[in-house]
Amino acid sequence: MKARVHVMLKDGVLDPQGEAVRHALGGLGFAGVEKVRQGKVIELDLADGTTEDAVREMCEKLLANTVIESYQIEMS
Amino acid sequence: MRAAVIVFPGSNCDRDLAVAFREAGCQVEMVWHKDTTLPSGIDLIGIPGGFSFGDYLRCGAIAANSPICAEVKAHADRGGFVLGICNGFQVLTETGLLPGALLRNAGLKFICRTELLTVGTAESVFTGGYQVGQQIDIPIAHHDGNYIASDDVVARLTDEDRIAFRYADNPNGSTADIAGILSSNRRVLGMMPHPERAADEKHGGTDGKAMFTCIASALAAV
Repeated sequence: MKARVHVMLKDGVLDPQGEAVRHALGGLGFAGVEKVRQGKVIELDLADGTTEDAVREMCEKLLANTVIESYQIEMS
Repeated sequence: MRAAVIVFPGSNCDRDLAVAFREAGCQVEMVWHKDTTLPSGIDLIGIPGGFSFGDYLRCGAIAANSPICAEVKAHADRGGFVLGICNGFQVLTETGLLPGALLRNAGLKFICRTELLTVGTAESVFTGGYQVGQQIDIPIAHHDGNYIASDDVVARLTDEDRIAFRYADNPNGSTADIAGILSSNRRVLGMMPHPERAADEKHGGTDGKAMFTCIASALAAV
């Protein structure tokens, strides 16, 4: 089984990398890009029976810094 | 007075920090991150600058979960002294020993130059050698030094006189120009600038030296 963890900076935390990407898109002529937020995706291959709660604990302890980041877990 | 300097894979200021402590008269032990105990009788732990674990995942995140960091936390919880510089500051926020977090510099560039800092408090063993409002030249060298904390946290840091250093000319977007903060018991200091790189005439500046001499004399009396 797999889990996919999406980690994003929380709303309200300035994302200078996302902002640089927005500028670059504008420079390439893509009009109308009002905001870019950049995050990361972490894929985990898990032993059968690993629970979403266990993955949530991984997020809380290491994968995300919940002071500045939020996360979402997709199990499949 | 005995200091331990923690060494992670990717630390690169560990020996500089050890030299600064030794020059001030401290006895220094280097401690590998996989160790699970500290040498006995350690008064202060130094967490050095560098790029522990290649800054993978987030700066300081993997180091903060390495075996020795459980001991660093226990030492701090016992009222022990901890000094985290640059990557060491990032590690301290990741362990939760200091509030807030350090994000990518607002200008996105790695900045390596000497910055003017304003001393915010002299009420700690780290800053007791300075006057409040004194301006000192200390080098910075970081990509992720943009200090972020909620308004509540910044208000608490301010009210409790825990902002140790502020940038005179904010280089990285840090909230409230914060360059270094103290824990609530004033025994843990995290700062992005490198006082150990301004502790000898040959460094081109000695404004950082007072930190190490003050630590050594304050803790010699403990």
